[in-house]
Amino acid sequence: MTAATTTFRWREPSILPGFGLALGITVTALSLIVLIPLAALFLKAASAGPADIWAVATSPRTLAALKLSFSAALFAALVNAVFGLILAWVLVRYDFPGRRLIDAAVDLPFALPTAVAGISLAAIYAPNGWVGSLLAPLAFKLTIPFTGLSLGFDGKVAYTPLGVMVALIFIGLPFVVRTVQPVLEELQSDVEEAAALLGASRSRTIFRVVLPQILPALMTGSILAFARAVGEYGSVIFIAGNVPMVSEIAPLLIVIRLEQFDYAGAAVVATMMLLISFALILTGNLIQARARRRFGDV
Amino acid sequence: MTRPVFPRLLRAGLVLGAFTLCFGVVAGARAQTELLNVSYDPTRELYRDINAAFLAEWNAKHPDKKISTIRQSHGGSGAQARTVIDGLNADVVTLALAGDIDAVAERSKKLPLDWQKRLPHNSSPYTSTIVFLVRKGNPKAIKDWGDLVKPGVQIITPNPKTSGGARWNYLAAWAYAEKAFNKDEAKVRDYIGKLLANVPVLDTGARGATTTFTQRGIGDVFLSWENEAFLALKEFGADKFDIVVPSLSILAEPPVALVDANVDAKKTREQAQAYLEFLYSPKGQAIIARNFYRPRNPEAADAKDIANFPKVELVTIDDVFGGWKKAQPTHFGDGGTFDQLYKPAR
Amino acid sequence: MSDATLPSASAQEPRRSASRARGESPVVQVILIAVSLVFLLLFLLLPLVTVFVEAAAKGWEAYRAAITEPDAQAAIQLTLLVAAIAVPFNVIVGIAAAWAIAKFEFRGKDLLISLIDLPFSVSPVISGLVFVLLFGAQGYFGPWLQANDIKIVFALPGLILATVFVTFPFVARELIPHMQSLGSSDEEAALTLGASPWRVFFRVTLPNVKWSLFYGVLLCNARAMGEFGAVAVVSGKIRGLTNTMPLHIEILYNEYMGAAAFAVASLLAGLALVTLVLKTLLEWHYGDVISASRHH
Repeated sequence: MTAATTTFRWREPSILPGFGLALGITVTALSLIVLIPLAALFLKAASAGPADIWAVATSPRTLAALKLSFSAALFAALVNAVFGLILAWVLVRYDFPGRRLIDAAVDLPFALPTAVAGISLAAIYAPNGWVGSLLAPLAFKLTIPFTGLSLGFDGKVAYTPLGVMVALIFIGLPFVVRTVQPVLEELQSDVEEAAALLGASRSRTIFRVVLPQILPALMTGSILAFARAVGEYGSVIFIAGNVPMVSEIAPLLIVIRLEQFDYAGAAVVATMMLLISFALILTGNLIQARARRRFGDV
Repeated sequence: MTRPVFPRLLRAGLVLGAFTLCFGVVAGARAQTELLNVSYDPTRELYRDINAAFLAEWNAKHPDKKISTIRQSHGGSGAQARTVIDGLNADVVTLALAGDIDAVAERSKKLPLDWQKRLPHNSSPYTSTIVFLVRKGNPKAIKDWGDLVKPGVQIITPNPKTSGGARWNYLAAWAYAEKAFNKDEAKVRDYIGKLLANVPVLDTGARGATTTFTQRGIGDVFLSWENEAFLALKEFGADKFDIVVPSLSILAEPPVALVDANVDAKKTREQAQAYLEFLYSPKGQAIIARNFYRPRNPEAADAKDIANFPKVELVTIDDVFGGWKKAQPTHFGDGGTFDQLYKPAR
Repeated sequence: MSDATLPSASAQEPRRSASRARGESPVVQVILIAVSLVFLLLFLLLPLVTVFVEAAAKGWEAYRAAITEPDAQAAIQLTLLVAAIAVPFNVIVGIAAAWAIAKFEFRGKDLLISLIDLPFSVSPVISGLVFVLLFGAQGYFGPWLQANDIKIVFALPGLILATVFVTFPFVARELIPHMQSLGSSDEEAALTLGASPWRVFFRVTLPNVKWSLFYGVLLCNARAMGEFGAVAVVSGKIRGLTNTMPLHIEILYNEYMGAAAFAVASLLAGLALVTLVLKTLLEWHYGDVISASRHH
């Protein structure tokens, strides 16, 4: 199965050995650990029958949970894109006391267990927590004229969709910083200098010259942060409030369906999440591949 | 010139890794006897005491059949039932409501469907009820179920879909409304809808909800197991919260059962059976009362502990709802009354 | 801003010196640094500080009691055991995957990379769920496993499987770009000179990538020890038996033992800090090598 056949040219010839062994180990492990279990998930979801799948997939609660998971993850990814970019910029371009420390701290969400993060975030952002108590007096409500839309903040972060976003921002930040940072470091200064010499203002240089070059990395990082945030569970459940239709995330809905002995329903929600996530990772890799080709980064 | 040690090591490692992963650790016969009690959220403190007392008593009487440890697993009642159905080899299940043990019996077939008849008092060695926990001084003046639907009152209760305690909460409110509105179903539904609209946070388990109310400072009133409310007073100080006893509540009967297939496989039937019977013994009943559960045999308990329990009119699930087998699908199944009436306000 | 404004703008702007071309004004710099610091403080450092403050809340004796209690010790040992099996497994698979992907051109490579990345974006809850669906008593292999008295879910193998699934991409992700950027010329030269394949691998390839390998192991290990969602589904939460450290933390937290919960959490947070320190030291000493592995 893993041997290369010459007629189809599955692979380019190489004098290096070990292709069969390496690919064999990879594909076997991938199949046993990832693919077969995920196939079981699809099988279970399919066993529900089309009518039930449709009923679960389109139930308002499922849609609300998916909408919250994906929109909170999207919002968190956008926040991370902005602040992650600023952070990466500050870390690469400026020198200030404590820069190394900050640089190291960025990876904290990679290393800190999500449950620990969730418990401490809930403690901090709860109405009686360090930050939560400062935010409580800041409640406001704005109604946008004519649209009937209102924008408000009732002073609460924990136990609202905002709490979900706080947790997702936490876990997603390093993805953006760590993808943008190296590209920023490698950026050739001559282009920027040329732009400045030609008389472009600094902000113009940044938006017209620098940003386009780091945009692919920024997008890749944001997509990674987004994909990770969509499925996040451990840090979110402690701070979310878990109210159905309001602050109930899709992974929690899977757990709840499971706890109601509804295996097929859980599998259907899981499959929906999975399909969307996989599409995103594929897109991310395509963007990266295209960017690499365009900028000759290899 | 070559150093073949590494490849050999690598291959050995690979084989070993694959072996461990594919075949798992085969559970061999243990030299020691262990019991596993799979229970629900608020019983952590109760069974810590029960286990210590039972171990001492049993091991003194049966030096030839010593039990080394009694293991505990806690979580939302529904979640715990699920793990037993999925194969967790519990010797005994001690869950929040009969419906969850029914589910274990039906789906895993590891215990007979009539399990509830095997021990006295519907297999419930202790009972409890639902009371209100409010902030000190009761600032929102919450006296009874009717006060919960006032605008601006925030109610904390766990999610009835996953928490056994929350189902008792829901049914107690329903029972009150049926009585108050003289079984006018439209008015009952209206009441429950308004009550649910006042819930800002739905935790998955009773313990999570207690934490939300007591430690996070959310909500004005917490619909709580009686024992959980007493425990909160004990843990956080009586100067922070008050217990309010409503005019009517429900008799909650958390049942216990032997998981026959598991105890037979593990050869622990004798010990597990004795463990459950210990709960009914005078010593067990005294420990139960000390942990704020209502004992079936109050004479066995310390009079001081019994004096804690307020007098309250209690209805049973059999009288009002026709038992769990009927109440579960009607109220908590997919599309049941909870799904119909739960419309989050925000 | 439209393209039409570009020439006029360039005509009006005074020429800047090249040395200033890459710098913002000090005010902007200070603002950006301040924004970064506040953001980091609110989202990253406060949670970390909270863990240690809460852990110390009841004093040193309580702290020591919390982490030396038998159930906590069992949880620590279990966590170490799971990581000790899951991490080496992923190292072997990660190296194999990186070798196949970085050193050879073959069809379906992009798909393979995406599949290796897949667990990364799968919700941890799903990672646990799939093994319950396969090996649970109601699962596809459940009856057979029960008949043969083999336990996978609610026992060590299930915890290991879920952990391996969750940490699957970590080593490979670090190695692949680094190996790709190094190319194959060193190996080809060594082979041409008559070295055996394994010798080439252990003497040429591994030394070349050892730092990114170590980096991958660090991240993989941190995640393996800290995983919550996936193991929560397959653990059964038996105290002293199948509770890993993160699950033990949740249990303590639920038993009103906040200080004890944060005490155990502080061990994991300490591990996180050690990981960060090691990683930072690595980058100081081998910055060129590692940044080479990361710029894709």
